[in-house]
Amino acid sequence: MDIIQVLSIIVPSALLFAAPLIFTALGGAFSERSGVVNIGLEGLMVIGAFTSIVFNLSFADTFGDATKWYALLAAMVAACLFSLLHAVASITFRADQVVSGVAINLLAVGLTLFLVKLIYGKGETDMVSQAFNKVDIPILSHIPLIGRIFFANTYYTSYVAIIAAIVVWYIIFKTPFGLRLRSVGEHPMAADTMGINVTKMRYIGVMISGALAGIGGGIFAESISSNFGHGTINGQGYMALAALIFGKWNPLGAMGAALFFGFAQSLSIVGKSLPYLDSIPSVYLLIAPYVLTILALAGFIGRADAPKALGHPYVKGKR
Amino acid sequence: MIKRYMNVFVPLIAVLLGVIAGSIIMLVSGYNPIAGYTSLWNGAFGEIFYVGETIRQVIPYILAGLAVAFAFRTGLFNIGVEGQLIVGWLAAVWVGLAFDLPKFIHLPLAILAAAVAGGLWGFVPGILKAKLKVHEVIVTIMMNYVALHVSNYIIRTVLSDKSDKTDSIHASASLAFSDKMQQMTDYSRLHWGFLVAIICVFIMWFLLEKTTKGYELRSVGFNQHASEYAGMNVDRNIVLSMVISGAFAGLAGAMEGLGTFGYASINSAFTGIGFDGIAVALLGGNTAIGVVFVAILFGALKVGALNMPMESGVPNELVDIIIALIIFFVASSYLIRVFLLKMSKKEGK
Repeated sequence: MDIIQVLSIIVPSALLFAAPLIFTALGGAFSERSGVVNIGLEGLMVIGAFTSIVFNLSFADTFGDATKWYALLAAMVAACLFSLLHAVASITFRADQVVSGVAINLLAVGLTLFLVKLIYGKGETDMVSQAFNKVDIPILSHIPLIGRIFFANTYYTSYVAIIAAIVVWYIIFKTPFGLRLRSVGEHPMAADTMGINVTKMRYIGVMISGALAGIGGGIFAESISSNFGHGTINGQGYMALAALIFGKWNPLGAMGAALFFGFAQSLSIVGKSLPYLDSIPSVYLLIAPYVLTILALAGFIGRADAPKALGHPYVKGKR
Repeated sequence: MIKRYMNVFVPLIAVLLGVIAGSIIMLVSGYNPIAGYTSLWNGAFGEIFYVGETIRQVIPYILAGLAVAFAFRTGLFNIGVEGQLIVGWLAAVWVGLAFDLPKFIHLPLAILAAAVAGGLWGFVPGILKAKLKVHEVIVTIMMNYVALHVSNYIIRTVLSDKSDKTDSIHASASLAFSDKMQQMTDYSRLHWGFLVAIICVFIMWFLLEKTTKGYELRSVGFNQHASEYAGMNVDRNIVLSMVISGAFAGLAGAMEGLGTFGYASINSAFTGIGFDGIAVALLGGNTAIGVVFVAILFGALKVGALNMPMESGVPNELVDIIIALIIFFVASSYLIRVFLLKMSKKEGK
């Protein structure tokens, strides 16, 4: 096996696993930049995965080829609505944001499995027929060398995710909306004084995070697992959160970290069939994202500064 | 009057709201709530066998609850109970397999190993928090996944020959009842671990309420700066608190490894006990005695739930929804508090 061949196996697979992480981490960026911790990303992904699979199974005959994209839309809406629970609890009722996030995660798993049993009468759904499949991206895949590694046998969702990261970076750092969002997360009282509605901005932040995490979950379900059961989403939400922290709350940084985590995740699966890599126990690759995040937080890989007001409910008039 | 008993009222109302929400979900999805809750009750207390199973489930819940509550009391949030529980489970089974010793040495040694392993797993976030001001929540979450993958790897390659579970531990390390004792609960898996749980409840209460060290730990939880000013070593107390919390969690794992199952197996996902422990601690007001009551409630819910699909057709996941909602209501207790205060003001007029 030559190096090009190895790369053309690893790169598309890494991109495949990175796509859901990128979307979810971008969601986390909106929420955390507005000052609301969102440990519930995992649960929001679960909702997205569940919704997309149910939609896909129900409407595959109606929409045909386009079903998978509509299913992502449905996942986005469902998770966005679900994230309202976290918003109401942590913004309006001043709940501990971590506790509320944990509740979101538990609730999402319980609720979706309950519904799966209710609808299908068994523990997991059937496989979807209209999943995302490997494609050769037109024109780009004909570029010599690079085309074969990056654009052949790959998935559209990976590139949508990378483009989304650039868009989100632009929104957060170059638009008035992004400035307001960040100011609410850094110094809510100052933002309030300037006439920015802190509560509204935070609600928007959390709901966008729900929408994007829903897409992330949907992509995972429709391109990697192809069905929904109790272990479908197993830590990807936390991994996305880790990517966000590792990327220092910057959308592009988060994308880079997500690509790396996707690479680690895919290596632990395809690594066994590749030369040299089959001798490394997969456990190292499995724990790499988590260990790296701890190291990043500890400041061994450059300081990571969270938005200053992260985790603190804003109470008007309280100093 | 209401203000004084707020710590009792808030959890009670949260549980009540959770149960009501559960009924609504059952009604909406076409089940009979009365039949659902009856089957839940029967599944938890209907026969002596189920009572035994319920108590068995309460044991790790108490310890996981104590772990979260202990950290909470000292101002720390330990979401890592799940991971600490897994390494405790692994360590206990490892010792149970590796040695052949008389029971009075072997069993305590295995239990101790679990506490040490859990404590070590708590030490990492503790030292990072104390020395580098890294938030313990994220670190403990990450440590959960490290624990899960590492213990799976060890079970697969070190403790077994590419198998999904280890051999059963030697009898000398087992917490299981003798045959005669097992008869009492119709051969449920109830084991001696309930004694361990009771002892730990006492330790937690005594340590926090009756010793100088406990006073220090609580003081750090209330106000770090004041504690420092009073001459306490805040850093050391933070680390100590996480280690003790992790040790409780490790013991919860030992209960599963030495008592309920007698072996360790590969987990594709988390056991959930550690996360439920968060709910147990929150509802129990982070006190030792509160944790006991809530652990009994949750143990009954979890074991009773297994009976629901058979007797009333309700999927047992309903109980997970109810538990999640209860956490939600406790977290949003601001709402309940405001409501209660308004009510009491009206009464006063």
